[in-house]
Amino acid sequence: MIKSELVQRIAEYNPHLYQRDVENIVSAILDEITQALSRGDRVELRGFGAFSVKTRDARVGRNPRTGESVEVEQKAVPVFKTGKEMRVRLNQSPVTGKGKGKVKAAAQG
Amino acid sequence: MTGRTVTRADLCEAVYQKVGLSRTESAELVEQVLREMCDCLARGETVKLSSFGSFVVREKGERIGRNPKTGVEVPIEPRRVMVFKPSNVLKARINGEAVTAED
Repeated sequence: MIKSELVQRIAEYNPHLYQRDVENIVSAILDEITQALSRGDRVELRGFGAFSVKTRDARVGRNPRTGESVEVEQKAVPVFKTGKEMRVRLNQSPVTGKGKGKVKAAAQG
Repeated sequence: MTGRTVTRADLCEAVYQKVGLSRTESAELVEQVLREMCDCLARGETVKLSSFGSFVVREKGERIGRNPKTGVEVPIEPRRVMVFKPSNVLKARINGEAVTAED
């Protein structure tokens, strides 16, 4: 599912809203999460998961093509930890594949 | 970092401020958006939100783990996990950089 499909579905549940309003709602949610993370805050959404920011130290990396050393500056990366309820939901049906890799989505979108 | 924790209430407030809906309705819509994403992922579907990131469900095979306290080996059953892959836009925003390429 991509963002426009999410917007469309929410719009279907709410026939009294314009599609534009729903787009604004979805962006407001994502913007709020982005802004919180850029302030260094944590975002905790019960039943879904939690976003936080971790700092990666500066290091000397290497250009894999040329073998040249490059300074990699210290940076912040967003991390997501799946919530308990979501972890349980993901495993309600038995895992059939032999592991490793992406799951084939169940039938219809 | 000693940041605070942002919760559903803050997301509802953001929606309330930006879209002209009541507080109750804003809260209901935040709930619907999260529910829709969770339902999708629970079906094993990927959720891709451009300029934010994507949530992907992965299957992990069985492996032998170890209780770090006792050192006893325990089998870890095959399971599904969800991973978040942040977009370049999100990574740039978090580092306070100007956003260049859209993805």
